[in-house]
Amino acid sequence: MHFQLAWRNIWRNPKRTVVIMTAIIIGVWSMIFLGALMRGISDGMVRNGIATLTGHIQVHHKGYRNDPVVENSMIDPEVVKTAMERVLPAGAQWASRVRVNAVANNARHTAGVTFVGIDPAREARISFIGKAVTEGRYLRDDDKYGIVAGKALVDKFETKLGRKIIMMSQDTDREIASRAFRIVGIFEAEMQSTEKQFIFVTKTAAQHMLKLENGISEISIILPDQEGVKQVADNLRAAVPSADYEVQTWRELLPLITAYLAIYDGFMYIWFIVVFIAMGFGIVNTTLMAVFERIREFGLFKALGMKPRWIIKEVLAESFFILLIGTAIGNVLSFLSVFALSGNGIDLSALASGLEFAGMSRIIYPAIYSHDVIVANLVVFILGLLVSVYPAVKAARFTPVEALTHT
Amino acid sequence: MNIVECADVKKTYQQGKIVVTALGGVSLSIEKGGFVALAGPSGSGKTTMLNIIGGLDSADSGRVTVNGSTLGKMNQSELASLRLHNIGFVFQAYNLIPVLSALENVEFVMLLQGVPPAERRERAKNILDDVGLEDTYNRRPAEMSGGQQQRVAVARAIVSDPAIVLADEPTANLDSKTGQGLLEMMKEMNEKKKVTFIFSTHDKMVMDYARRLVLIRDGLVAGDEIR
Repeated sequence: MHFQLAWRNIWRNPKRTVVIMTAIIIGVWSMIFLGALMRGISDGMVRNGIATLTGHIQVHHKGYRNDPVVENSMIDPEVVKTAMERVLPAGAQWASRVRVNAVANNARHTAGVTFVGIDPAREARISFIGKAVTEGRYLRDDDKYGIVAGKALVDKFETKLGRKIIMMSQDTDREIASRAFRIVGIFEAEMQSTEKQFIFVTKTAAQHMLKLENGISEISIILPDQEGVKQVADNLRAAVPSADYEVQTWRELLPLITAYLAIYDGFMYIWFIVVFIAMGFGIVNTTLMAVFERIREFGLFKALGMKPRWIIKEVLAESFFILLIGTAIGNVLSFLSVFALSGNGIDLSALASGLEFAGMSRIIYPAIYSHDVIVANLVVFILGLLVSVYPAVKAARFTPVEALTHT
Repeated sequence: MNIVECADVKKTYQQGKIVVTALGGVSLSIEKGGFVALAGPSGSGKTTMLNIIGGLDSADSGRVTVNGSTLGKMNQSELASLRLHNIGFVFQAYNLIPVLSALENVEFVMLLQGVPPAERRERAKNILDDVGLEDTYNRRPAEMSGGQQQRVAVARAIVSDPAIVLADEPTANLDSKTGQGLLEMMKEMNEKKKVTFIFSTHDKMVMDYARRLVLIRDGLVAGDEIR
């Protein structure tokens, strides 16, 4: 009957109960839905970062990261490949690349780019480029002079499929190496900067141009499970000679995104607290009003022999019901909102240049993390009950005579 | 055997800057099974006396013993327990719980006592039948007349077989016919269940029904008449 009493009491003033429940519903909805949007943004950033030639783990020759020149290439990558065969879990994919800074030019324009020599089949399994070609075709293993360039670069160079681009870079003899390539494919990427930055040829063509023989710049690895990245990287680090090779995870390779993730986490919990503080005042105010309206009743409860702690429980039970209904509806609404956007996402193409600056995707797909949902619900529920303790204790402290004579 | 013993009980209230003496040293013993009226004009101290006997208020000095327990030595929780198991209350303003039905209001005290649901429902129904409210089990207080509400309050007070029922001006809000019916019912309960009834009143009809009339004036016992 305690719960029955609490349930009926909250509906004694339906308007007030509905108002505070609405505040809780909006609060919970905003916590979960906006949290999902933020997670969607950060997931998009990570996904883009990983797909844009980073992978989960990369292996380089020692010093390449600080000075990515051709002299810091891995001359004998077999050592790493043997170690990977031992360490990588089933389902892991990898690809080796030649990757150097270069100058691209045609008759009209010149631009600094990242010249990437890839193994077309392997690369297609681990990075965006396999599915990014929108005009022409993707590279083939026997493409000695074929090149795939980004749409933004092609537009900037005022060129098109079938035209030539001259690539220049420093070879292993420290001489300027140059070679003409013909555009066989044009790719589009999430970000225009990617389209302007990367230009792809086959690994063999790049090695030939730079006189690298079998040398490569990096090996990029994609794991079947992102959770195990650190462990696999540690194992791989232990399996290759540390004097010659560096093994790094995407978190180390993309420090800006890693910092963003930490900021997003902190911001989200600050957001939870801000929402709760606004909501908490409402809960305290409503509960206090409900208590002061019923002072005589609490006096009666005491006169009938109800102990102070039972009165506290009674008031908390009322808050419990309001919080339960509010959080339940808030959860359902936030899940529905996320579900409604899960197909097409939120298209922010109009703001593309600004988003690109922040490393964000053009389309945001909200992502619900169970951990965030649990934290949001716990914050509302536990703190909601905690702030209700004050009015509950107030109710328990009325002396019976004071309360019964209250008018 | 005395169920209530008060010895030199004093109580003062602060009203602004003025100290008002409500009880100036009352000594009183009430026998078990009594049907006693504390009578006197408004402000005489009879309600204060009743509140102190019921443990709702505390005396400044003196000694109050109820059913063998000395109230001055008890904390709030022990007093609550004493009220729960030994004392029933009937108030002038009925004081029923508005969101509960008549049956649930009567059950409420037994709920606090931990009586199993089936038993408390059975006992609540029986007592409501005894006070003539067999048709009002599911009515809430707002759907009942003043007389019916006061009968529910009496049923609630006696359902758990307390040693004492303290009734503060129980007929004050009732018409004389309803008030008389209520008194008849309480007298019957007193005789049938041997529950001690102590009233505070200035209603002559209640005084006429009482087997003992204690007159209180200016915070002191001014007369004590056994009929």
